Amino acid sequence: MQADIFAKKKRNTLAFLLLLGAVTILAMIITEYNALKGFASIPKAIQWGMANFYPTAESLEKLPVILDKLQETLLVSIAAATAAAVFALLFSILGSNTTRVNAFFGAITRGIATVFRNIDVAAWALILLFSFGQSALTGYFALFFGSFGFLTRAFTETIDEVSGDSVEALKATGAGYFSIIFQSVIPSSIPQLISWILFMIETNIRSATLIGLLTGSGIGFTFNLYYKSLAYDTASLVVVVIIAAILLIEYASNYVRKVIL
Amino acid sequence: MEVKEQLGNVTASADHLLGKRMPAKPLNKAAIVTRLTLFILAALTVYAFYSFDYKELDFADALLGTFANLKTIFLEPHLKHFSFGHALYQVMITLGLAFLTTLFGAIIAVLFGLLAARNLSSKRVSIVIKSMVAFIRAVPTVLWVLIFAVAAGLGSTAAVIGMTFHSIGYLIKAYSESFEELDRGVIEALQASGANWWQIAFQAVIPSSSTYMISWTFLRFEINFAVAVAMGAAAGAGGIGFDMFMASSFYLDMREIGAITYFILAVAITLEVFAAKIKRKLKTA
Repeated sequence: MQADIFAKKKRNTLAFLLLLGAVTILAMIITEYNALKGFASIPKAIQWGMANFYPTAESLEKLPVILDKLQETLLVSIAAATAAAVFALLFSILGSNTTRVNAFFGAITRGIATVFRNIDVAAWALILLFSFGQSALTGYFALFFGSFGFLTRAFTETIDEVSGDSVEALKATGAGYFSIIFQSVIPSSIPQLISWILFMIETNIRSATLIGLLTGSGIGFTFNLYYKSLAYDTASLVVVVIIAAILLIEYASNYVRKVIL
Repeated sequence: MEVKEQLGNVTASADHLLGKRMPAKPLNKAAIVTRLTLFILAALTVYAFYSFDYKELDFADALLGTFANLKTIFLEPHLKHFSFGHALYQVMITLGLAFLTTLFGAIIAVLFGLLAARNLSSKRVSIVIKSMVAFIRAVPTVLWVLIFAVAAGLGSTAAVIGMTFHSIGYLIKAYSESFEELDRGVIEALQASGANWWQIAFQAVIPSSSTYMISWTFLRFEINFAVAVAMGAAAGAGGIGFDMFMASSFYLDMREIGAITYFILAVAITLEVFAAKIKRKLKTA
């Protein structure tokens, strides 16, 4: 009997591994991914990086320009996350199971959030490029829509998790809708909400680099400019500055999380 | 202590009744940091709008233009430069990129995740791996891809390697955190019975956190699909993202962007529904 269980388990594992292998081979064929070339390129990339990809004294002269662009990117990321959080809070209160006004409204807000979440920021950037051109606003709105979709989902789950019992208790005492929201739901979930906003800011800075590449603004554009003109030393300086900024923000948000959660 | 606190509360409410205003909640460190964070975020947002380089953009015009464009994109989609079958094939390529990166990332991350978990490895190894992960995650994916593209050439090979880096970083973090949740007693009991490190890892730790691992890995697959779309557009990795980039920057064909957006949306929502199903199944199992 027990041998049967083990044999069955083994067969299941084997079938799963075979399926995984088949899908892998299929994926390799249609993407034209060359495994050998892939593995060979890792040492090659490291070698190349050691030889060319480090900032030199010459590239340091470009630092003020780069820092200026970095500041723009940071501000865009923060502003997009913060403004999106305001809208996301509204939508998540209307969409959450415990606080929604009625089921119909809830379903609609959830549907809107799903559409926004599943269109990638890169797609938003390409769509918005038509009317906003190469200005900071293209990146801002792309990040705003992306953040809005993600934060609405995160906020909805947080509110569902945090406020079930207290909302019921307050309803029983006859408290009004707005006093329930402002006295109970928001205060009890604010630490988690802030934590999500900070996470969004970190993510946004990474996405902002990508959007900058696509739309020609911010730090991503600066990197692309030096990369395409083969000025790898300056491009590497851009990477170093981005890493420093992201690690700094991560450190700050980890500190805030530790204190408030 | 507790009694004193309660007494304090009672007098506070008594004061309140008498018309003296008392702060509803004592101002502790957490409350201060919460308010300060919100204030700083709001201030930076205002400053950001003030400092943006608008390049003489007519905001109202651009906004109306966007609404008109969105209408065209979503209500009048068509395919002009390629067929439905081609689009489907490109979506498969993007999914393939996402699958390969997730698989490679997961395999490598299991090993490093075990080494990064504090209860299974030494403190020093754990810290070294965790700081490496922080570094890997700090470099945006597109930069990883472009850096590898210098060595491997633009295309799917560089994209898979570059994207794998982020998947590894993300999954090491997720896996090691779920490994760390395992009860210390289980490991100690196995150690006492003479099990070696590999046996503990593969017979006890991984099986007990496999449900977490599956749901994290699938979540990463969803993310990797979006990343693969973006890499197609920004780093020439091929797939539906590249077609989108061409439609937007080369043909300036809004309706084709619409059709492509619907393709991406369909796949992304399917993946999300599938992920929700997996999660539910794992929870009940």
